[in-house]
Amino acid sequence: MDLTLSDEQKLLRESAERFVAGSYNADHRRKMANDPLGFSPAVWKQFAELGWLALPIPEEFDGLGGGPVEIAILMEAFGRGLVSEPYLATVVLGAALIDRCGSTAQKQASLPKVADGTLKLAFAHSERTARFDLARVTTSATKTAQGWRLAGGKIAVLDGHAADEIIVSATLHDHHGPSGRIGLFVVPATVQGLAISDYARLGGGRACNLELSDVHLPDDALLGDGHDALPAIEWAVDRAMAALGAEAVGIMQTLLETTLDYTKIRKQFGRPLSANQVIRHRLADMAMQVDEARSMALRAALKADSPPTERARTASGAKAKIGKCARFVGEQSIQLHGGMGVTEELEVGAYFKRLVAFDTLFGGSAHHYARHAELGRKA
Amino acid sequence: MDLNFNAEERAFQSEVRGFIAKNLTEEMKRATALTPSVFSDPDIGMAWQRALHANGWGAPGWPVEHGGPAWTPAQRWIFETECARAGVPNVNVMGVKMVGPVIIGFGSPEQKNFYLPRILSGEDYWCQGYSEPGSGSDLSSLKTRAVRDGDDYIINGTKIWTTHAHHANRMFALVRTSDGERQQDGISFILIDMKTPGITTRPILTIGGDHEVNQVFFDDVRVPVANRVGDEGKGWTYGKYLLEFERGSGIASAKLREGLKAISDLAESDLTGRAIDSPDIASRISEVEVDIDALEMTELRVLSALQTGQNPGAVSSILKLRNSEIRQAVTRLGVDVIGHDALAVEPMRPLYKLNHEPASPEEMLTVVPEYLNGRAYTIFGGTSEIQRDIIAKMMLGI
Repeated sequence: MDLTLSDEQKLLRESAERFVAGSYNADHRRKMANDPLGFSPAVWKQFAELGWLALPIPEEFDGLGGGPVEIAILMEAFGRGLVSEPYLATVVLGAALIDRCGSTAQKQASLPKVADGTLKLAFAHSERTARFDLARVTTSATKTAQGWRLAGGKIAVLDGHAADEIIVSATLHDHHGPSGRIGLFVVPATVQGLAISDYARLGGGRACNLELSDVHLPDDALLGDGHDALPAIEWAVDRAMAALGAEAVGIMQTLLETTLDYTKIRKQFGRPLSANQVIRHRLADMAMQVDEARSMALRAALKADSPPTERARTASGAKAKIGKCARFVGEQSIQLHGGMGVTEELEVGAYFKRLVAFDTLFGGSAHHYARHAELGRKA
Repeated sequence: MDLNFNAEERAFQSEVRGFIAKNLTEEMKRATALTPSVFSDPDIGMAWQRALHANGWGAPGWPVEHGGPAWTPAQRWIFETECARAGVPNVNVMGVKMVGPVIIGFGSPEQKNFYLPRILSGEDYWCQGYSEPGSGSDLSSLKTRAVRDGDDYIINGTKIWTTHAHHANRMFALVRTSDGERQQDGISFILIDMKTPGITTRPILTIGGDHEVNQVFFDDVRVPVANRVGDEGKGWTYGKYLLEFERGSGIASAKLREGLKAISDLAESDLTGRAIDSPDIASRISEVEVDIDALEMTELRVLSALQTGQNPGAVSSILKLRNSEIRQAVTRLGVDVIGHDALAVEPMRPLYKLNHEPASPEEMLTVVPEYLNGRAYTIFGGTSEIQRDIIAKMMLGI
C-alpha cells in the first residue's frame, strides 16, 4: 500500500502545472471562449510534443503506456487553468475505445496518429431519449452489401466539431432486425449524410449534436468483430468520469485559493472578510470538500482497472461525491465574492460554470448515487 | 501508487485474523454489538486488552522499549481494520492511547516503571479529568485548583463528562497550580488515585439512556507532588499533545463501514419490511458509503505520508470532523431504517444482559440510543466549530 507519487509522476505533475500556469491566463481563456474552434491548435501541438497525447496509448502503438493515475495528474493540472483542448474526447474516450475494441489494424491506423497529434477524435453516444442510461441507443446500423448504413441522432458530443473521426455508437441490425448489440463505428467527420451542429459548451470548449441520415460506411468502420460494445462503453465512461473528477479537483483548488485570497483583501465594516468566523468556517468547509474530492478522484483512478462492478461503483461514487463537492465549492466561491462573483469581470464564474458542466456530464449526483446503490444490490 | 497491500502486509493481515479468531469470544462480540455507548464496559473491554497484551499487542502506538510492537503505519491500519471488521470490544482509550503517551513522553523514570506496565496489563483503569462545568471547548479556562502543601497538592474543584469515572481507579487531570499571564499558563498535569478521600462521583445519564459519563468532585483531595507529570505549570503543553492523539488516531473508516453494514443489513431484512426498496433510503445508504470511501482514502493518504516520513499536516481536524459527521449520518439513517421500532425504549443496561424479552428485535436495540448518544461525537474532543477554527487557522492561515 503506497499512495505517494513516483518520481516520474512527480515530474509529470510539475511539468503539467508549469505549462498550465505559463500558457493559460485570463486573456487566453477569454479569447478561446469567443473562438469558433474553442481551443488553440498550437497548444495541441505542444501537448503532442510534451508526450501527453501519447500518455495512455500502449507502447506498441507509439504511446507511453501510462495509466489512469497519470491521466488524473494531467487532468488536475488542466483544471487549474480551465484548459479547453479536446483531451478528454480524443485521448481519454476516443483512443481508449479504439484501443479496447479495435482490431490490430484499426489500432495501427489511429493510435499512432493520436499520439503524434495529427488525429483528433470524439465519442458520440448520448441521445435525447436515453438521458444518462448508457444502454439505450436508438441510432441504428444496418448491414448492407457494401458495409453499414447508420441513421439516428446524437447529442452532447464533446468536441465533435474539431474531430477528424467520430466514434458513433449504434444498435446493430441485420436482416432479422435489431440484434440487441451495440456497435462502435469510426465515422469520418466529412462523410456524406452527417450533419454536425456545434455550440459553445458551458464552462469552456465546444460540443455538438449530430444527425446521421443514411450514412454509408465500409465494413471495417465497425470497431472489432461485432461483439456488444456496451461493456466497453461503460468502461470508457467510468474512466472518463475518473479523469473528469481529477479535473474538477484542480478547478476547485483554484477556486478555493482565489476565494481565500479575496476574503483576506476585501474589507467590510473596517476589517477583512476573513476576520469573521462565519467566513472562516465556510472556507474550512470548502477546504474539507476539496480534500474529500481529491481522495475520491484518486480512488476512482486507482480502481479504474478493477473488475467491472467494483470499478463502476467506485466511478459512480466518485462522480456523485465530487459533483456534490463541486457544486458546494463553486456556489460558495461566488457567494464569498459578493456581487463581483456574479459578473463576467472576474473568472470565478468561468470556473464555476466548468464545475456545473462537470456535475452534469455523464449524469449528476442523483443518478450516480442511484447507480451506486443498484450495483451494490447486484454485487 | 498502489492501493493493494504487499506480501508482507498480507501475511500480517492473516496473523491478525488468526489472533482474532482465537481470542474473540461470542460473548465479547455480542456485548460489543449491543453496547450503544462509545466504550465497552470494563469486564468486556479489559478481557480483550489482556488478550492483546498476552500477544505483545497491548499498546500498538508505544515505542518498543515500553512494550509496543513496532508496527509500521500500514500494520496499524491493518490491525485496526481487522478489529473493526470482526467487531472486537471498544477498549477504553484513556490508558493506552491517552495517558500512556504522555507518561512516555514527559513522565519520570519512576512513573514510567510504575504506571506503564499496569496500563498494558489492564490492572489500572483510567479516566480523564479535563472538562469542567465552566470550561468545555475553552478548556484552558479550567478552575480546579491544586495548592502545594509540603509534599502534597490539595485539590479542590470539579470535573465533568468524565467517561467511566465510575469504573476507573485512576484519573489524569489538568489542574491549576498558579495563575499565569495567559490562562494556559499555570496548569499542571497530575495523576490521581480515585480511592483518595474527598473524591465523589455523580453519574450523568445521556439521552440514549446510558451511564458512561460522570461529574467528579474534589473536596480537599491530597495528592503527592510526585504524581505530577513533567514540570509544574506546563500541563497545557502535555494536555494538547494528548488531544492530538485523541483527534488524530486516524483510523476510523473501518468502524464506520461496519456500522453502516449493520444498518444496510437491517434495511435489506424483512424486519424492516425491506426499507431498502425505498429509492430514497437506498440512495442515502450509498451516499454515506461513498463518504466513508472518501474518509478511508484520506486516512490512507495520511498513512502513506507517515510511512515515507512526510508530515501529513493539519489533516487530523478534517479526519475528526468527517468521522463524527459520518457517524451521525449512519446513526440517523439507522433510525429512519427501523421505522416503527424507533418508538420502543429499552431502559435496562447492559443490553446484552436483559432479563426480559425486549419490545424490538435484538439487532435494533442499539439504533436509537446510538443516534441519541452519537450527537456527542461533534461535541467531545473539541466541537466541530473548534475543528473548523483549527482548519481555518492551520490549513488556510486565517
